[in-house]
Amino acid sequence: MATTITQPAQPPAGKRASGRSIVLRNVGHTFTDRGGNAVHALADVSLQAQRGELLALVGPSGCGKTTLLELICALQAPQQGTIDSEPAVLMPQRDLLLPWLSAVDNAALALRIAHVPRATARSRAAALFAQLGLDGFEHSHPAELSGGMRQRVAFARTLLSGKPVLCLDEPFGALDAITRAEMQEWLAGALAREPRTTVLVTHDVEEAILLADRVLVLSPRPGRVIGELVVSAPRPRARTDDNVIALRERALELLSRGARS
Amino acid sequence: MSRAARSLLPPLALLAIVIGAWEAYADSGATSSFVLPAPHSVAASLWDNAGFIAGNLGPTAEEIVLGIALALALGFALAVLIHFSGVLRRAVYPLAVGSQAVPVAVIAPLLVFWWGFGVLPKLAVVVLICFFPVLVTTVDGLARIERDQLKLLRTLDASRWQAFRFAELPAALPAAISGARIALAVGVIGAYIAESQTVTSGAHAGLGHEINADLTALQTPRAYAAALVLFALAIACFYALTLAERALAPWASRPGGETP
Repeated sequence: MATTITQPAQPPAGKRASGRSIVLRNVGHTFTDRGGNAVHALADVSLQAQRGELLALVGPSGCGKTTLLELICALQAPQQGTIDSEPAVLMPQRDLLLPWLSAVDNAALALRIAHVPRATARSRAAALFAQLGLDGFEHSHPAELSGGMRQRVAFARTLLSGKPVLCLDEPFGALDAITRAEMQEWLAGALAREPRTTVLVTHDVEEAILLADRVLVLSPRPGRVIGELVVSAPRPRARTDDNVIALRERALELLSRGARS
Repeated sequence: MSRAARSLLPPLALLAIVIGAWEAYADSGATSSFVLPAPHSVAASLWDNAGFIAGNLGPTAEEIVLGIALALALGFALAVLIHFSGVLRRAVYPLAVGSQAVPVAVIAPLLVFWWGFGVLPKLAVVVLICFFPVLVTTVDGLARIERDQLKLLRTLDASRWQAFRFAELPAALPAAISGARIALAVGVIGAYIAESQTVTSGAHAGLGHEINADLTALQTPRAYAAALVLFALAIACFYALTLAERALAPWASRPGGETP
């Protein structure tokens, strides 16, 4: 597979450094599920993301979104087509924090894996905590944190991997509506301060439009790109902005047409 | 009521009921005191023979405590090997199961031949009996790590060893200690069987040995007194394991804590 290994090139300083970060050409993938059935997850997906761009993928459940992220993160090799991506890190829907580590140690996990000494790793993670609205929770254990807090720690862990591409798999899918709205605002702020190329997978069309520079709509399985929406509305965006509402209608229309075809 | 009182009261109350019923039954004359001594005569025997029983407690406690500790280490190590290697899993697991079926009497002479009349052969028997529950619970604990957790660690560039060290090893610890709790239940009986099946030299051969000798000599109250001490030893070891778990794996007993 053609995954370029340009190691932790720190993310581009400017919000929009030029160049392509991710390029997928005609990617198709079939996997075998637990019951031994072949699942045709993706068919002929081509897409690209520019450095620093936030690309959202929306589609019905089971449209191969998670498979797509795993391919970008090089957890699997695609069976058809090619993927060319800067090193990518996955943030799964569930936070998967390690219950025996404090919040700051969970966030510093990637640094510890990279053999950064414990004290240095902790202080680098703690520095990020203030930025992410986590100060005061450094020494809490995951069980003591709310769902939203846990996702913030998981996001800190993702950022501290130092990889230029973030793959967020329904990061707020398990949260209640109010926390979810808060977290969307928080993520927009966090990415404005720490710009990275981001692929956000969600089934929430509104979330995609509020956060993304560009939204790709996927069809039901096998997933194909059936529409692209460029979101040019200025940030911060509100759910009630005319522009946001219009794009949401357009995306829902694409989704339902995809479901019928 | 204090927390200590609240946790001590129920077992003490139950114990009092059991002892009361036992006393009433023994005093009723339904059985002979050679068959079932009354609690008060067991207590008197415990008091009179305190030094003798304490002397026999030494080797037995050593067999059990050291045996469980070694079984924990051996069971854990084997579980890790099995977890990492399919070949070893196929080679070791059936033999480990089979090892549990071998009667102690069959191997006791060999153990004595190797290690003599001291504690060592009994220790070996306790380890042999106790490693198995630790092995099984630890293998399960290691297998229960979610695939997503391992995927996440891979995208953070963790090597196989780092995934083990950061995620699987800590997750398997509480499982191993649960295994040790089960092992404790069989380990105390294991020590008794080991002492019954091996020849021992010295004045204090262990509680199991003493119980057998006392039953043969119709010193039933003293046999009961020794059994009572084994009973207390098992409970003490159980709580020691609970404390060990709190120290080694505090997240497992923390409210809301879950193991991935």
